[in-house]
Amino acid sequence: MNQPTILDLIGTGPNGWGMALAAATVMTVLIAIAGFAIGAVIGVFGAWAKVSGGPLTRGIAGFYTTVLRGIPDLLVIYLFYFGGSAAVTAIGRLFGAEGFIGFPGFLAGALAVGITSGAQQTEVFRGAYRAVHSGELEAAIACGMSRSLRFRRILAPLTLRHAIPGMGNVWQVVLKESALVSVTGVVELLRQSQIGAGSTGLPFNFYVIAAAVYLAISTVSGGLLQFSEKRFTRGVRRG
Amino acid sequence: MDLPFLWETFLSLIAAVPLTLQLAASAIVLGVFLALGLALSRLSGILPLDWFARAYIFVFRGTPLLVQIFLIYYGLGQFRDVRQSMLWVVLRDPYWCAVIALMLNTAAYSAEIIRGGLLSVPFGQIEAARACGMSHFMAFRRIALPLAIRQALPGYSNEMISMVKATSLASIITIMEVTGVAAKLISETYRAIEVFVVAGAIYLAINFILTRLVALAEYQLSPHLRQPAALPSTSTGATR
Repeated sequence: MNQPTILDLIGTGPNGWGMALAAATVMTVLIAIAGFAIGAVIGVFGAWAKVSGGPLTRGIAGFYTTVLRGIPDLLVIYLFYFGGSAAVTAIGRLFGAEGFIGFPGFLAGALAVGITSGAQQTEVFRGAYRAVHSGELEAAIACGMSRSLRFRRILAPLTLRHAIPGMGNVWQVVLKESALVSVTGVVELLRQSQIGAGSTGLPFNFYVIAAAVYLAISTVSGGLLQFSEKRFTRGVRRG
Repeated sequence: MDLPFLWETFLSLIAAVPLTLQLAASAIVLGVFLALGLALSRLSGILPLDWFARAYIFVFRGTPLLVQIFLIYYGLGQFRDVRQSMLWVVLRDPYWCAVIALMLNTAAYSAEIIRGGLLSVPFGQIEAARACGMSHFMAFRRIALPLAIRQALPGYSNEMISMVKATSLASIITIMEVTGVAAKLISETYRAIEVFVVAGAIYLAINFILTRLVALAEYQLSPHLRQPAALPSTSTGATR
């Protein structure tokens, strides 16, 4: 029996899974980007609440970050997937629909990844804000900048600069977390590899391919992050 | 609030806690030895060892844990040689596959934490140990390693917490630990929020106790940072 090699599997020939795997890779990147973006929005508001909120908002933000960093991501994905389906079914019943309505896996996955990464990004942004020297803000006040101008020209760019390394770490975590979204049936890289493994009986080959693709994505995006870090800190004196 | 349902959920989930703890503990204990070996390889200055450790850490930190679990549990069974070898007794058991995958994964992260700890030991300390006539091994065992452990403990506690969270992935290869039982309950009852709250509270409690224990260990290991206990004043002490 001649078995297809890894090269046959990733090719686009008759035995090839190349196109399916490429589409699945795009899906993985999309889930990661969507989750990361949702997390960034949550992170900005979370950091804002923690830095300049009253006792109540600070308490809520603190509770959110403690809880979401203390429970497994998989559990959050289950909550959104099954909880979302239950909610959608209940709403459907209100409008007279019969039976079970599924919640889209992509949305559940992106929301779950976004909410868990939001807790991490809250801490990243908070630390970055703390790293901005008060002298720089004082200088902006002394120049007569208004509050919004100060935020736009001084605080936001400086915070972002300090946040880049931490954001890079969160991105790598989010990318790997996106693999968990496969439990909702979204055909991303890992799910596609499971399908391929099941239909060819070559699980080892498919999971090695998946691992290599994840490694490639994280290496390339790590390089991009390093580049952007260099670019955003080009005005900083070193040593 | 449906209290009887919450209580029932709590009882079925708490029964799965020992399995979660067992998975996490075996992965952490086995992983720390591998991590120490990897950290020492990185620092050994022997190029092949250094490169092996670098490649290992790169691969295991760059790929999702779930892929690693699938690779070990489903992937290795593809080869007839593996299926007919002695190893198959271990590798066909989802529990051991989960432990092996978690161990290999945590070793990669811990190796870097331990390496950072070892690098933080001031060279003067090792020099002093050598000057006292300790052999390299004894200086490592008595001086460098304890100092490194103390330094690495805060970072390592993060890794321990993420291991406790990572045991939830074992549920995907059919192990009924806390998340596995929770997923079963959710798909049976479709009451995701209640089950989630109870399961989440259990994980939070485990991680809270874990951080307290590590903080206690840190306190025990750093007596030099504590306020000295007030000594009864003696006349000789005052005149100095």
